[in-house]
Amino acid sequence: MSVSTVETVTRGRVRRAYRRRAVIVVLAVLIVLVFAVTLMAGRTFYPPGDVVRVVLGQDVPGASFTVGRLRLPRAALAVVAGLCFGIAGVTFQTMLRNPLASPDIIGITSGAGAAATFAIVVLSLDGAGVSVFAITAGLAVAVAVYALSFKNGVSGIRLILIGIGIAAMLDSATAYILDQAAEWDHQEAMRWLAGSLNGATWDRVVPVAVALLVFSPVLLHRSRDLEALQLGDDTASALGVRVDRTRLVAIIGAVGLIAFAIAAAGPISFVAFLSGPIAARVVGPNGSLLVPSALVGALLVLAADFCGQFAFGIRYPVGVVTGVLGAPYLVYLIVRSNRAGGSL
Amino acid sequence: MTTDHSLLVEELTLGYKDRVVIDSLDLAVPPGLITAIVGANACGKSTLLRSMSRLLAPRSGHVLLDGKEVHRLPSKEVARTLGLLPQSPIAPEGITVGDLVGRGRHPHKRALSRWNKEDDEAVAAALEATRTVDLADRPVDELSGGQRQRVWIAMALAQRTDLLLLDEPTTFLDVTHQVEVLDLLTDLNRSLGTTIVLVLHDLNLAARYADHLIALASGRLHAAGPPEQVLTPETVLAVFGLRCEVITDPTSGKPLMLPIGRHHNAVRAD
Repeated sequence: MSVSTVETVTRGRVRRAYRRRAVIVVLAVLIVLVFAVTLMAGRTFYPPGDVVRVVLGQDVPGASFTVGRLRLPRAALAVVAGLCFGIAGVTFQTMLRNPLASPDIIGITSGAGAAATFAIVVLSLDGAGVSVFAITAGLAVAVAVYALSFKNGVSGIRLILIGIGIAAMLDSATAYILDQAAEWDHQEAMRWLAGSLNGATWDRVVPVAVALLVFSPVLLHRSRDLEALQLGDDTASALGVRVDRTRLVAIIGAVGLIAFAIAAAGPISFVAFLSGPIAARVVGPNGSLLVPSALVGALLVLAADFCGQFAFGIRYPVGVVTGVLGAPYLVYLIVRSNRAGGSL
Repeated sequence: MTTDHSLLVEELTLGYKDRVVIDSLDLAVPPGLITAIVGANACGKSTLLRSMSRLLAPRSGHVLLDGKEVHRLPSKEVARTLGLLPQSPIAPEGITVGDLVGRGRHPHKRALSRWNKEDDEAVAAALEATRTVDLADRPVDELSGGQRQRVWIAMALAQRTDLLLLDEPTTFLDVTHQVEVLDLLTDLNRSLGTTIVLVLHDLNLAARYADHLIALASGRLHAAGPPEQVLTPETVLAVFGLRCEVITDPTSGKPLMLPIGRHHNAVRAD
């Protein structure tokens, strides 16, 4: 083989890695910027100096409460939940080679939603109790969908269709419970279902952050195997990937992330679904999408929450804003996949 | 590279659910040669190839790679010795040729290990061998069928295995590209000594390019050996249910099968 061919190969590889790294840096910078803006701006504006002092733990009259107790945990929750949604969504989409395979489409989110509604309306629980229900139900639905679609291994399309069916069943259960609910419970449940960062406290941030620290390394460790799965199960196997085991680990990791994020912030619509395809668009086919997609998720939640609070006359929960973004994309995807079998 | 890896199938029975596809089959893949598996549709060719490459667990019997049960060996270890190009691999949208070929390095990498010079060299050699260097930066979606098949073969080459199994690598290609792919595989076999096993539909191309033919009929081994011995009117009748004449191919000196059919019942000009 000639030296120049090796150089061509090296150059191509370095260029791809560079593009991916550049996108990661830009996304990280954007997150820091939006994060800073959400701490400063709001009904009252606090200059950067005040914000920095609050973050460093100094006492600043007014700012200490508004920034330190309200805005900071809210923004932090937006970031950690967004990271979780982003990684979990793209993990499912990569593993099943289908952008429709995100946890909000295949029933996991619906399961958590139905359980939370049940907990709020029927059991009159709140806070941590609702979270426990949501996490348990999310995991249970994931296990059920996986088990139901297992037949000589798991086929992506079978899992998606079964997931969509289960999601529909669970959504109707949610609708039934809401229909029976007292007005106050109804509002509370609706707010939870829309996904909201209202009243975020550090108590809600910490479990999500811990889930992120536990589950995301597991997924990152498998990122190369996940990429190999994009070539088809047979090719991945031929490359030495243990397909079913990789799938199982990926499902556990992704469901763990998403369940904790939903428990803390509600099922913020379409963030898991949108982050991967957006990351794929900006990174291009240049390596693992896990990290870029996580960053897109965080940026989406941060920005959507800020818009929801201040861009319109009244305050909307973050899920309403992301829902408005996500729904047209879902329609676009279905239209496109009708014309030609599209993938992520 | 060494060519002394052995791949043996012993009393192998394969099936899906209650349907037996391969029934107690014994065969040996001759090292350093090109072997073609032929047989009628649904005779179990692809199933056999899948099992030989560890994709399908046997119902009973063994696939032995260098004397060891292939289904018990660590998957990455197998993938460093034995490569497989499945019938319909999937190219992720937008992926470039260079990136796709690089995926062939997977079994040589640990989870977080960095890309090294050896990887780049393996990819470069694979691109050169398949004459796809100029395509390196092109998206795979934009390539023609023949180019795409060369790229997939390049990916399997980057894996640097001594054994390479291919499931109908010429399907969907026109005759020019079929010949091109088979020429390419012959080059690999001659220059690197790679043992090649491929499932082929076209009996005449199989007879021309393979050193060793394996003819399967409804899940059993009907005949195995050099094409001159295997490609006979009797075998073709038994395996395909087709009457034919076999002559010597003036181009290659190998046997050439001429189907008779119902309308050309051995009418000769002389």
